[in-house]
Amino acid sequence: MSTEPEGTPPAIATSGLVRRYGERAALDEVTLSLETGSTLVVFGPNGAGKSTLLRVLATLLRPTAGTASVLGRDVRREGWAVRGRIGFLGHAPLLYGDLSARENLAYHARLHGLRGTAATERIDELLGAVGLERRGDDRVHAYSRGMVQRLAVCRAVLHDPEVLLLDEPRANLDPAAAEQVEPLIGRSSGRTRVVTSHDPAGGLAEGDVALGLRAGRQALLAPAADVTAEQIGELYR
Amino acid sequence: MSAPSPPSTLGAARAVLAKELRLERRAPQTLVAMALFSAMTYVVFHFALRRDTVEGDLASGVLWVTLTLAALLGIGRLFVADRDEGGLEGFLLAPVDRTALLFAKAGALLAFLAALELVAVPLFAVLLLGPSPGAGTWLRLVAVLLLADLGIAVVGTLVAAIAVQTRARDLITSILALPLLLPVVIAAARASAPLLALHGDHALTGRWPAVLGLYDLVFGLLAYALFDFLVED
Repeated sequence: MSTEPEGTPPAIATSGLVRRYGERAALDEVTLSLETGSTLVVFGPNGAGKSTLLRVLATLLRPTAGTASVLGRDVRREGWAVRGRIGFLGHAPLLYGDLSARENLAYHARLHGLRGTAATERIDELLGAVGLERRGDDRVHAYSRGMVQRLAVCRAVLHDPEVLLLDEPRANLDPAAAEQVEPLIGRSSGRTRVVTSHDPAGGLAEGDVALGLRAGRQALLAPAADVTAEQIGELYR
Repeated sequence: MSAPSPPSTLGAARAVLAKELRLERRAPQTLVAMALFSAMTYVVFHFALRRDTVEGDLASGVLWVTLTLAALLGIGRLFVADRDEGGLEGFLLAPVDRTALLFAKAGALLAFLAALELVAVPLFAVLLLGPSPGAGTWLRLVAVLLLADLGIAVVGTLVAAIAVQTRARDLITSILALPLLLPVVIAAARASAPLLALHGDHALTGRWPAVLGLYDLVFGLLAYALFDFLVED
């Protein structure tokens, strides 16, 4: 799937990637390549391995076999070099309920090396972008699920990552909120993205490359423009 | 926005420690539980021993058993917020040395133990201890407390990091922590006994504080070497 000049590593590449939980293979021989600035949309029923793929790329899980690299860095051997360049949005928001939105973001900002005025300005900018500027000092416990998801989007892009790993990023968002986060995590963000989706039409529209997983195995890998919603539907049967 | 450079290990540890203390200040569950547990334990000892006051070896034993069991509560809760709210993953996604988490968590546990002792030790003196020793003796006791707390904080963080990865985490905490903390309890109790004696010279001999110092050093190095592997997948 890569059309980049020779010598430039793909933004994301896996080769024979396997991840096992005990005897069960959550990912089994997944091989793919994604060029910088492109979007890989991952389809598959629950338990197909979508979240596992994202977690391996995010360095949260080690591959059992095969290789995976992000921005030319091996996730197993050079995880430290990958972490500061990716933004991860999983099912859990990774936010503390007893801290306010600003405190949560300030904490993550410090862990990514952002401090002082630069951090404050970035936090204000992001809270404003997702419509949470007036609730920024409220504790996250008091937020609705949609507000928590918007704040989690802010956390994921706080350090301006080059690659976004997004696990059903629009879950819990109403249409207006989904529109608010679009410039941060959507195609218009200009970042390399790996996005999981259960929505064939919407997913294919926002992806450059479509990957279909079934029971951890790679059932489909093709340019999104060449894939039909019916083919995606087949994955779920 | 230009890409920020990753923080130093110390910078990351300070950020995590500040977050830990802020969370405890917001919802003070751990410290309150530890303090209440200590008070209850003194009452139980009072009735179980059928004595109004204790001194020497017995006083030292009562004090250190109480503080160690109270510390177990703190150890058990050290990673609770991280486990329940995904904070551990949030940390693991940051481009920082994982040892920063060890420093921060051990620092937080040390702070909780110190805060507990500010309440629990005077309470012990009022409720159970015979005639109170002089100021110099109290200072020597503080030195023993500090040495023991360092060991408890390091081992407690190590055990909590192992336990949080398992399903039987509450069970694992007690089963692993108590045997590992036994040398601390023995050395701290032996070092404290002459300080709490009714007719002793209240001197602090060098042997037991040295054992505590050696324990702190060995487990500090062990924790530094192992912690990365414990928090990795």
